[in-house]
Amino acid sequence: MNRLLASLFLVALAWPAAAEPRGTGDLGIVIERAAGRVAVVDRAKVARLATVEGLGDLSHAAAVFSPDERFAYVFGRDGGLTKIDLLTATVARRVVQSGNSIGGAISEDGRLIAVANYEPGGVRVFDADSLELVADIPATERGDGKRSKVVGLEDAPGNRFVFSLYDTDEIWVADFSAGATPAVTRFTGIGRQPYDALVTEDGRFYVAGLFGEDGLVLLDLWHPERGTRRILDGYGRGEQPLPVYKMPHLEGWAVAGNLAFLPAIGRHEVLVVELPSWKQVAAIPVKGQPVFAMARPGGRHVWVNFALPDNATVQVIDTETLTVADTLTPGPGVLHMEFSPRGDRVWLSVRDKDEVQVWDAASRRALGALPADKPSGIFFTSRAHRIGL
Amino acid sequence: MLRLSMLLALIALPALAAEPVAEQRLRHLLDHDCGSCHGMTRKGGLGLPLTAEALDGRSDDDLAYVILNGVPGTPMPPWAPLLTPGDVDWIIRELRSRP
Ligand code: HEC
Repeated sequence: MNRLLASLFLVALAWPAAAEPRGTGDLGIVIERAAGRVAVVDRAKVARLATVEGLGDLSHAAAVFSPDERFAYVFGRDGGLTKIDLLTATVARRVVQSGNSIGGAISEDGRLIAVANYEPGGVRVFDADSLELVADIPATERGDGKRSKVVGLEDAPGNRFVFSLYDTDEIWVADFSAGATPAVTRFTGIGRQPYDALVTEDGRFYVAGLFGEDGLVLLDLWHPERGTRRILDGYGRGEQPLPVYKMPHLEGWAVAGNLAFLPAIGRHEVLVVELPSWKQVAAIPVKGQPVFAMARPGGRHVWVNFALPDNATVQVIDTETLTVADTLTPGPGVLHMEFSPRGDRVWLSVRDKDEVQVWDAASRRALGALPADKPSGIFFTSRAHRIGL
Repeated sequence: MLRLSMLLALIALPALAAEPVAEQRLRHLLDHDCGSCHGMTRKGGLGLPLTAEALDGRSDDDLAYVILNGVPGTPMPPWAPLLTPGDVDWIIRELRSRP
């Protein structure tokens, strides 16, 4: 009897580590890029739960989530790939897999993590559990002994990863449906300097933006045999492009009804494209060079942030009238916006104020703020269930 | 009154010891805004590495020209609309001071 009591006591002592069981659907992470760490946040409670340190250079960092929403995989700039356990707020695994990288993706089945590398240029694919290397896909040599930088790496249905080669003007599809050795399909001469890309929410189209030419490139993933096609060709032809102080992002692009909204490059406009024809139907003048154009879930509005010198402003576009409905000034250095999955709230990282602000997306009023050290990307676990995020 | 001004002086002290505001602004720009393409540690990204080593052998004039005018046909934008030649000199000295 005493023995039993004693062992119960021991169990009770060990127990505090496993606190009240909880779900992860309200959780997310905020990148604190200068400090090399991430904050684990609770989106419903608007609370900062914990800080996870030691993630290296997180400039331009991005994250994806495991299908069970327990683990975040954070892609650093210095080649670091870190798997964070959101429940314990600890580093579960970490590898430094290259010298210089730019984001990544998780496969449809949740078992593979792919990382896009600048140096050495290519894609490396890891086992999502162990972070052991599964496949190495070096990019094309550029002619100076180096390989092309890889950008716009996205997941697509059929356990495929699709990515663009910035220096050699290619799009590659790596198909892992048959196992660890991918079948790689290469599309060449797609247009000059693809700089970022997106996969549509239905997983059908891969769209890459071109820096070296006006226009975008489209690959129909239902029909890769048809090859790539140029869209929005020469949308600003003849005009002198304006300087771009921060590269626009296409991932997290906005679709509302049959219209898609994309940041123009070198022009202070958000382009409106009709689907499925992919023809431009409007260009909405905005405050500056757009960086992200994100649709509020439901598609009623599109929120846009800007590059220097206009990065203190956010504009809200009405997707019915195709006009700017609101101009907000959250503060200097608005770097990223993340909506709650139902679209009632939006979180903004305001770098130069060292805070993350939470806004009501309907009334467009600030509800509160959390302190964060030079925050950049904000990622909620609901991304786990979206194609191309 | 005297006490108040002493208190104010104490508050102002750390600021005096720190970098002038103009330099703080430039350092911030270099770390974050140049950093978005060149990496916060300047080891390169979409843009080339900007470490002291990487810039060794390039003249100040050449670098100032690139920063003010950009590199046409690449994402390197011209900074002349946002930075004075004096700002650019400070940035080049700062770039050369870090390995
Ligand atoms: C939007 C992206 C971007 C931003 C922001 C940017 N650069 Fe660049 N920069 C580049 C690219 C790309 C190159 C390489 C151009 C080439 O291929 O010659 C470059 C080249 C350079 C070079 C020449 C390096 C060499 O070895 O030839 C210098 C110097 C430079 N940048 C300084 C800066 C400074 C200082 C800032 C901030 C005030 C800055 N850059 C911001 C993209 C950027």
